[in-house]
Amino acid sequence: MSETKKRRAGLETVSPVVPVQTTYYVPERDVDKSPILQCINLGISFGGLKAVEDFNLTLGRTEIAGLIGPNGAGKTTIFNLLTKVYQPTHGTILLDGKDTANMTTAQVNRAGIARTFQNIRLFHNQTVLDNVLIGLHNEMDYLMPSAILRLPNYWRAEKIARQRAMEYLALFHLDQHAEELAGSLPYGAQRRLEIARALATNPSLLLLDEPAAGMNPSETAELMENIVKIRDTFHIAILLIEHDMSLVMNICEGIAVLNFGRLIAKGNADAIRNDPVVVEAYLGRKGAKES
Amino acid sequence: MRLNKTSKKNYLTYAIVIVAYVIMQIVAGGGHLSSSLKGMLVPICAYVVMAVSLNLTVGILGELSLGHAGFMSVGAFMGTTAAIALQNAIPSAPLRLTVALIVGAVFAAIVGFLVGIPVLRLNGDYLAIVTLAFGEIIKSVFNNLYLGIDANGIHMSLLEDKTNLLEGGKLIIAGPMGIGGIKKIANFTAGFVLIMICLVVIFHLVNSRQGRAIMAVRDNRIAAESVGINVTHYKMMAFVTSAAMAGAAGALFALNYSTIVANKFDFNTSILVLVFVVFGGLGNMLGSVIAAAALTILPEALRSFASYRMLIYAIVLILVMLATNNPTLKGFFASLRGRFDKNSEKEASAS
Amino acid sequence: MSFLNFLISGISLGSIYAIIALGYTMVYGIAKMLNFAHGDVIMVGAYVCFLAVSKSGLPPVVGILAAVVVCTVLGMVIEKLAYKPLRQATSLAVLITAIGVSYFLQNAALLLWTPNPKIFPALFARTVDGKKVTGFQLFDGQLRISYVTVITIIACIIIMVVLTLFTSRTRTGKAMRACSEDKGAAQLMGINVDTTISITFAIGSGLAAIAGVLLCSAYPTLVPTTGSMPGIKAFTAAVFGGIGSIPGAFIGGLLLGVIEILAKAYISTQMSDAIVFLVLIIVLLVKPAGLLGKKISEKV
Repeated sequence: MSETKKRRAGLETVSPVVPVQTTYYVPERDVDKSPILQCINLGISFGGLKAVEDFNLTLGRTEIAGLIGPNGAGKTTIFNLLTKVYQPTHGTILLDGKDTANMTTAQVNRAGIARTFQNIRLFHNQTVLDNVLIGLHNEMDYLMPSAILRLPNYWRAEKIARQRAMEYLALFHLDQHAEELAGSLPYGAQRRLEIARALATNPSLLLLDEPAAGMNPSETAELMENIVKIRDTFHIAILLIEHDMSLVMNICEGIAVLNFGRLIAKGNADAIRNDPVVVEAYLGRKGAKES
Repeated sequence: MRLNKTSKKNYLTYAIVIVAYVIMQIVAGGGHLSSSLKGMLVPICAYVVMAVSLNLTVGILGELSLGHAGFMSVGAFMGTTAAIALQNAIPSAPLRLTVALIVGAVFAAIVGFLVGIPVLRLNGDYLAIVTLAFGEIIKSVFNNLYLGIDANGIHMSLLEDKTNLLEGGKLIIAGPMGIGGIKKIANFTAGFVLIMICLVVIFHLVNSRQGRAIMAVRDNRIAAESVGINVTHYKMMAFVTSAAMAGAAGALFALNYSTIVANKFDFNTSILVLVFVVFGGLGNMLGSVIAAAALTILPEALRSFASYRMLIYAIVLILVMLATNNPTLKGFFASLRGRFDKNSEKEASAS
Repeated sequence: MSFLNFLISGISLGSIYAIIALGYTMVYGIAKMLNFAHGDVIMVGAYVCFLAVSKSGLPPVVGILAAVVVCTVLGMVIEKLAYKPLRQATSLAVLITAIGVSYFLQNAALLLWTPNPKIFPALFARTVDGKKVTGFQLFDGQLRISYVTVITIIACIIIMVVLTLFTSRTRTGKAMRACSEDKGAAQLMGINVDTTISITFAIGSGLAAIAGVLLCSAYPTLVPTTGSMPGIKAFTAAVFGGIGSIPGAFIGGLLLGVIEILAKAYISTQMSDAIVFLVLIIVLLVKPAGLLGKKISEKV
């Protein structure tokens, strides 16, 4: 009897549950709540090359998690999969329990994922304020005729949006630069502005791609405080890619380690630090033996 | 509300257009305007509208369009057809003109939407060549379109006149002959009003969530998508708005002549308008207004050079492009502008 | 048999488009600019050949050579005066300048040679019994092929093969490919970018001269705007095949010519241009970078 016939006849008893290798670790306060993000066997191949394979990850609602791994391990590719810049070739992404399979980048953002970019992508020729206002795009609801005829709902929405944008800017000490061009800001400020813009889209999950890159130690320290502050203020989950281990070890509650497109470990800082597989990935086999 | 730099510039643009209109009215009223210049007032208005509308596509949306004259053509033919068809139904000329402009804009917007579906999926030079292709297709279609009206309604045919109109029917569009016997109902005031409407629409659009979204798509498409902006939607919004304005401009233009033919709105016209936009500066509406007006008058002003005028025009074009893109000159102008801004700020703080 | 006739004239016209498109595509590949003046270089080439052969009575070979030399020099001069100062400028500024050059060439031709149409001489003919014969017939006269057609097709194939060998085998050709990929890196490798671009313009313009002569031999009316439409068509052909690609330009040109002639023969003469452009749009929708073009996606 073929599989289909069996199924039709109701003969198939219980479909065997494939043991999904998912995260072993979610912060305790989030354990009882449904996870904000679940990646199940996520993968993508570019013309035969498997850039990411069997990626399984669960994020708690208010978790700050880190995604680390050597260069070229596929970390940014995972961000691109989560935000649908690339469509996954297999696997499932559940955002707050909802499958994002048919969504576009813009739709995923509206569903709750916001991100920053490794190579900063601001709207350089527009003001700092306008950058955040663009982030607030979907928080405003007036239509084109209202904009052109300047109807009352235009003024109302614009006024509220400007106030909120200034609040976001103040959070990152950018409010005094509101009228400057985004491209003229110093590097660190540009990274902060990108985070502010992402937050303005009101996400439930924030992806930060190397937020501390190019920052000096004092800026990095401030960034760490800010990331924790964002989580505590907005009660959202944050997943970040970072090479600065002090940042990752200090603020990330869960750390996922990626190597050659595969997840090789996830756990809290101590577990990762002592995981022989991780040490091997970073230092090579010889290093692992020596330690 | 505090005036920022952009809104100051917007008010300056309105003011200059209004002042220019008033001056021209006074000069023309006093009978000091040469008849050739007087005849150019409406075309100038039409080209100004063409320039600001193309600037919406090229400057604000950031996509190069080489077929803008196609939308002008749609507006010209459909608007004029409406004006002729409604000649008896609407006796008032200004009202008929208004209807014709709206009909032209609506049809151009529809064509803009249809053209936009394939065009806006492409990028850069590929997008440019496809707009060029659509411009040529539109030209060919109007060159071979026969449209007539009789008691039974509207009849259309392509390639050959198969309209078979009843007695008393009227063939409006006659293929390569275009439309003839047009009543010239367009006037300078209508042109002025159309310019003002287009400026208001563009400025208000730019300063709204829609406009910011359009510019976000231009500056960084991937970042725009990442903050939840539907790229296709906003590209289309800018493109269709731009097409609609070009349609209105086409209707205005056509209703200033007794005959129009499709070949008037060819690739060269698209290029001409693009030259206005580049000369005036991308995204700079005031620049487009001035460039369109000045460069429409220039060949006329060079008339004394007779056959050399287009050659001079070409040389001026090349020299201006070379001069404005020369790094040394650019630095000079930038420092000049910096000094000017500082001075005006000083004045502002002093007052 | 009439279909075969149309097909052959389509391939012939397509070969002309292909030669022009090859010039277009090489210039685009290296300078990343839409050289709208390219079509007018064709016109100049045709006029030079016309003047040499019809007015000065020189043999056709000399006329063709003169056209090639004049256009090659013209191309290099245009590049040096109008495009080189704009190397750092926006592509739109270069585009407008190219349009300015196009206007300039057209209007200069108008002044020099008046708007009156010139009848281009039959360059490819032999005299039999005191009569000029411009072609031969096959199948009892059912299939008529002119010498121009044959020469055009052969010339196109030779040019295509030589160009492919040139860009893949020679030092200069390799320098061209390097420059079109990354000018900065090419410069660091010791390639003289300015010279390479200049050579590219020279080759492109030389090809334009040949195309001009062939075009006017097939369609012998010569006016100052003769080059515009074939220029735009060839540009379309280059995009059709994938702009920047040499075999792409060849295939694009041939297809465009065949489509145009067949559309003229079987659908409508007046609408043939529209049909050509419609096919282009459809091709670009299916293959957004043309038939042989590579799609470059932005790295995130």
